[in-house]
Amino acid sequence: MEKRVVFSKLGLPILLVAPQIVITLVFFIWPASQALYQSLLLEDAFGLKSQFVWLDNFIALFSDPHYLNSFARTVVFSAATAGLSLGVALFLAAMADRVLKGATAYRTLIVWPYAVAPAVAGVLWFFMFNPSIGILAYLLKGLGYDWNHYLDGTDAMMLVILAASWKQVSYNFLFFLAGLQAIPRSLVEAAAIDGARPFKRFWTIVFPLLSPTAFFLLVVNIVYAFFDTFGIVHATTSGGPAQSTTILVYKVFNDGFIGLDLGGSAAQSVVLMAVVITLTVFQFRYIERKVAY
Amino acid sequence: MAGLEFVGVRKTYPNGVKAIHGIDMAVSDGEFVVIVGPSGCGKSTLLRMVAGLETVTEGEIRIGENRVNELEPADRNIAMVFQNYALYPHMSVFDNMAYGLRNRRTPRDEIARRVAEAAGTLQLEGLLDRRPGQLSGGQRQRVAMGRAIVREPEAFLFDEPLSNLDAKLRVQMRLEIKRLQRALGTTSLYVTHDQVEAMTLADRLIVMNAGVAEQIGTPLEIYDAPATLFVAGFIGSPAMNFLSGTVADDGAGANLDGAERTLLVAPPASARRGRITVGIRPEHLEPVSRETAALEVVVELVEALGADSLVHGQLADGGEGAAVTVRVDGARRVAAGEVLSLAVAPNHVHFFDPDDGKRLA
Ligand SMILES: Nc1ncnc2c1ncn2[C@@H]1O[C@H](COP(=O)(O)OP(=O)(O)OP(=O)(O)O)[C@@H](O)[C@H]1O
Ligand SMILES: [Mg+2]
Repeated sequence: MEKRVVFSKLGLPILLVAPQIVITLVFFIWPASQALYQSLLLEDAFGLKSQFVWLDNFIALFSDPHYLNSFARTVVFSAATAGLSLGVALFLAAMADRVLKGATAYRTLIVWPYAVAPAVAGVLWFFMFNPSIGILAYLLKGLGYDWNHYLDGTDAMMLVILAASWKQVSYNFLFFLAGLQAIPRSLVEAAAIDGARPFKRFWTIVFPLLSPTAFFLLVVNIVYAFFDTFGIVHATTSGGPAQSTTILVYKVFNDGFIGLDLGGSAAQSVVLMAVVITLTVFQFRYIERKVAY
Repeated sequence: MAGLEFVGVRKTYPNGVKAIHGIDMAVSDGEFVVIVGPSGCGKSTLLRMVAGLETVTEGEIRIGENRVNELEPADRNIAMVFQNYALYPHMSVFDNMAYGLRNRRTPRDEIARRVAEAAGTLQLEGLLDRRPGQLSGGQRQRVAMGRAIVREPEAFLFDEPLSNLDAKLRVQMRLEIKRLQRALGTTSLYVTHDQVEAMTLADRLIVMNAGVAEQIGTPLEIYDAPATLFVAGFIGSPAMNFLSGTVADDGAGANLDGAERTLLVAPPASARRGRITVGIRPEHLEPVSRETAALEVVVELVEALGADSLVHGQLADGGEGAAVTVRVDGARRVAAGEVLSLAVAPNHVHFFDPDDGKRLA
């Protein structure tokens, strides 16, 4: 049954949806169209004159090895961040699902990192891994690994991945836990009687039933890694060393506001916009059609 | 296949709830035992302990000759049918049935053969590719049964498997379960709170109340000689009438509160002088002429069921609590307000000690 409210006049409904539409227009459509327009312009470094260049900015972008490099790094970064934060969250949720005593306290503690601002999370990990004063860098040195994210691009990448995942674990944890608790206990019990050991039960019964949640989170996490990690990168590595952690969203900022290549930067944001729209459409399509039972 | 044995089994849940207070019984190989009792009496708890889904606090459970207390559910070789069926929603009917066999590394062709056989028995042939979500309640019930029988386990455990079905389907599935169990000869433990199901399915019946097995016996043993007031009131529909009174001075009858005449059925010798509870089933009261009647009942309400009618009333001058139900022939017209004179079938009068509720014999 679908409930429909029918308005006799047009005035009230327009008034009701107006705030939403205005907000969308001012904060999304307008800047987005500005970016679209600017991505077609070539502007001088002082912002005094500009020239319409059609798709030249995009052509330049995709023939720039630095940009393509950054693209590849972003893919690695997102995959690693999403994989790590989803894996850890799933593990913690599976454990929390069994906890009986102190469950609320445990859950609250796990959820805390989500309340931490990205930049603060970045600084936190930055200090822990600081080559001269960081506790974790010190411990790693004890194990014979000379950690230095100032000089080593791989170390720097691992640092931002760690910081970015750490923050996202809480969010994923909440969804996984809710998903786990929605699975009827009798299903797991039936599987136990059917001769499946805990590990097998998890992969053949629990995980498939959790897959709509997992898929939703995968998309959310990729979007997060693509777009919401600017603060973390900025506070820890500033994209370095030697651009080894310059992911796309950081490059937009770097090229636009530091390098003052406004047209190129706008073109980069348009590409990012295309990515997020694709992901979102994919998610809606797929989630509603395929993964639901 | 194997028998099943409970030795002093007790269960206390971690939160302190004492659910089972000591069950001793042996189920022989191939027997169909039904556990019946009111909600919360510990039926599911007992069954889940056999399955290995709950730990046994005290005592021992044996399947065959082996103590299974410490075994994982997977190692007990039993199959269970759940009330909500617990079918795996992401698997086809075939995969649901094959899951347990695959986990036990049964060869492929053997799996295909056994599933096909079970599907044949349960009329599921056309449905093997469907998901549980695409089946009716009765079909899901059959798949749940199929999942149990393909495993060829030592014992079947059923936890109210029919309670989600409509009345007609329930009767049909009841017969089917009975027939299937007969054919396979698998030891079965069946939990229900429906006493018709209990009476019709059971080789033997366990009547439970508040964690205690009040009586264990064949359905007719329990119907004919209920061991306690609780069992007497629980088994039989409509429930047995309980009338209180005192043993007559000469010991040859009972003076019921609110009845003019002495009920001339001698209580057993063990009945002390004093208070006594007399139980008479509605079907063992018969309308007769006034002179030969043992009881007089003022009719309050008549439920006509067709074949027979249930007459509810009060003893002619009994106070509150002297309610009596009588089952009379459906052809007989009885009206509210009428006084019904009743004779009692003397072999079907039960006497209980009102203090401890035990049957007097
Ligand atoms: N996991 C549990 N933790 C604590 N107490 C429980 C648990 N499961 C059941 N109980 C308690 O144990 C008692 C017996 O419960 P059980 O589920 O065995 O009843 P039942 O006879 O199956 O009832 P029903 O006919 O309603 O299914 C109840 O008092 C119940 O509240
Ligand atoms: Mg139960």
